[in-house]
Amino acid sequence: MATRTFSIGGVHPKDAKISRGCAIEPLPLPPTVYISMSQHIGAPAKPLVAVGDKVKVGQPVAEPGGFVSAFIHSSVSGTVKSIGPRKDLAGNPQTCIEIAVEGDEWMEGIDTSDTLVTTIDDDNKAVLEKIRLAGVVGLGGATFPTHVKLSPPPGKTCEMLIINGCECEPYLTSDFRTLLEKGEQVVVGAAILKQVLHVDKAVIGIEDNKPEAIKHVRSIIKEFQKISSKYAGISVMPLMKKYPEGGEKQLIDAVMHRQVRSGGLPIDVGAVVQNVATALAVYDAVQKNKPIVDNSVTVTGECFPKQANLLVRVGTPLQYIIDYLGGVPADAVKVISGGPMMGKAIANLDAATVKGTSALLFLRADQTVRGQESQCIRCGRCADACPMGLEPFLLNKLAKNADMEQLEANAIQDCIECGCCLYSCPANIPLLDRIRIAKGQVLGIIRARNAKK
Amino acid sequence: MSKLLVSPSPHIHADVSTKSLMRDVVIALMPAVIASVVFYGWGELLVLGVSVASCVLLEYLITRYLLKKTSTVGDFSAVVTGLLLAMNLPATTPWWVVLIGAAFAIGVAKLTFGGLGQNVFNPAIAGRVFLLVSFPTYMTHWEVPQGLFGVDAISGATPLGIIKEGLMQGGSVPELMAQHGLSYTQMLYANLGGSAGEVCALALVAGFLYLLARRVVKPWITLSIVCTVAILTTAFSLADPTRFTGPAFNLLSGGMLLGACFMATDYVTSPMSNLGGIIFGIGIGLLTVIIRYFGAYPEGMSFAILIMNATVPLLNRWFHQKKFGRA
Ligand code: SF4
Ligand code: SF4
Repeated sequence: MATRTFSIGGVHPKDAKISRGCAIEPLPLPPTVYISMSQHIGAPAKPLVAVGDKVKVGQPVAEPGGFVSAFIHSSVSGTVKSIGPRKDLAGNPQTCIEIAVEGDEWMEGIDTSDTLVTTIDDDNKAVLEKIRLAGVVGLGGATFPTHVKLSPPPGKTCEMLIINGCECEPYLTSDFRTLLEKGEQVVVGAAILKQVLHVDKAVIGIEDNKPEAIKHVRSIIKEFQKISSKYAGISVMPLMKKYPEGGEKQLIDAVMHRQVRSGGLPIDVGAVVQNVATALAVYDAVQKNKPIVDNSVTVTGECFPKQANLLVRVGTPLQYIIDYLGGVPADAVKVISGGPMMGKAIANLDAATVKGTSALLFLRADQTVRGQESQCIRCGRCADACPMGLEPFLLNKLAKNADMEQLEANAIQDCIECGCCLYSCPANIPLLDRIRIAKGQVLGIIRARNAKK
Repeated sequence: MSKLLVSPSPHIHADVSTKSLMRDVVIALMPAVIASVVFYGWGELLVLGVSVASCVLLEYLITRYLLKKTSTVGDFSAVVTGLLLAMNLPATTPWWVVLIGAAFAIGVAKLTFGGLGQNVFNPAIAGRVFLLVSFPTYMTHWEVPQGLFGVDAISGATPLGIIKEGLMQGGSVPELMAQHGLSYTQMLYANLGGSAGEVCALALVAGFLYLLARRVVKPWITLSIVCTVAILTTAFSLADPTRFTGPAFNLLSGGMLLGACFMATDYVTSPMSNLGGIIFGIGIGLLTVIIRYFGAYPEGMSFAILIMNATVPLLNRWFHQKKFGRA
């Protein structure tokens, strides 16, 4: 059987996983952390502590601010210094809790040992509550609160759990390292998720440029299946390397050959997707009582002196991480949070990490400065690359004319902002830049229309 | 590093530009260019030189001084037009006729429409058809000169022309083929008479395979033209072998391969979607066969492509990519 992949579009940027050999190492504690209240999609969390309070590692410092929201915990022990707005990496002010670090004292009840716990509690309600209380959010990019995703709306049933181990963005290796170093925990996490969702099948999708990970996780599953029936139905599916395989809709298409309809949710086709790092967070939450207080971050780039995968406490200032590894290299012009295709350029290195921070990538001018825009030559490469089957050249033209009706008719709202179009355009037309703005406007119109009904 | 560069994603770009694509087309044309110089001699080189030089120069002068825009001459597209135009002309075409063709291709067909990307018609074909209509004598009577290394001095008319004329005088296809010593193997590596682009099927196909391998073009348009022509001519020639030439003859003669591989696949003047491209190709194949069998001109490829160029906006409106999750 040929290796599966998604059916429409996609591109093959250079892998550049130069940090793949770097084992995850803990970053020394910073003197101060800044814990943002907006680390997830949905309503910001509400602080539970006051200035002057003493906190421990793993202590909840903020509670959900709505249904789609999440708990936030202190990642360090120390004293709350301030609560107030602080600029995030884009320069936008977010409410942050500033904590001065004193020692490293953890909350009672958190199991900080390395002992692997493979027995899974049968009580799904209790398990789900643990996940919620631990502030687990999707760590694959969207940071959607996990417990919400694990409670399918009535009438919808989940048939398959997909664990996203694609890591299809160039440069990123933190999920890969997690699979290699914490594969056991990820598999237990997958089994927990599978049980909570009442599904028989869980597939861990891994791109075939990571054969070590595929082999390793397969052997773990085999071992675990001997111990307990709770691991039955878990398998690894190698996927053909192609960007954006890790996109939720693309991954479901690749694994199940089902396409989520426009405007629909994965659960409509019977799928729930969770990322590798999320599965690990679920393991920590349920088996070890450990909330999300740290996560692995790839620090990389050809111009960066030292490649690394670091275990970073949530709220660590970016500058602190960079200084630990030797500072911003002289020839770097751009620092990106995340991968080169969908990551965000950082405007403010004083910003602190959040739960979803996956990488810091340094690029030189010759790697990232865009060429001069020229006329569209109608080569169709953008349309061939678009994984949603859209026609970016057309959307670009319609966006320039602000033709909202036609933009909607041509499905601009389906754009997943993967960047394949702009990446492929020989005329250097800033397709996604314009599409992104127009998409926002069209979504606004659609929302307003639905609200009227 | 003083200030961080902040710009939206994606932060990297594929190693491709308009210039690199056009340069690949130039490279892909080289085998056929070399073959045609070898077979047709220095006259061919002159036609090629005049055509490319005037296309490039005209593009530069017009964009720079007439339209007062930044010149687009660096993107190699004028070189491609120049080469394609030259390969559509007999090696005996006087230099001033070539110049007029180039002026029409660049000045009228390309730049009055707004330049690369905006033109409706393939500039090289428009230039050729303009010459065909304005200077029929130069364009249809082929005084074929000696090749560079004394390679076969060749007969005076193209195979297509020979057959067309012969048929009109009451001959039959097999008779005419035998009478003029037309053989398919010869046509495969060196066509008998005609314009440079018709000269060597193998060189053209090799160039096209390069374009496919480099993913510069997709195969659908070319395949649908070739298949349409093959199917139609097989059917006709089986029905009446005395009146209709067969598939091998039609695929190897005239501008068929040059057109199918390099001109119909022009980005700007072909449909965006794969399905649109296939229909575009079928149209070209169909029209070519009709013109060749029943029309006044022996060669139908150029007209077929021009006619289908005009349908591209419609094809683009009717046929779209398959969208995700909107079956
Ligand atoms: S960014 Fe949007 S339009 Fe561009 S390729 Fe991705 S999905 Fe298609
Ligand atoms: S890739 Fe760029 S040049 Fe090609 S059709 Fe799309 S927008 Fe036009």
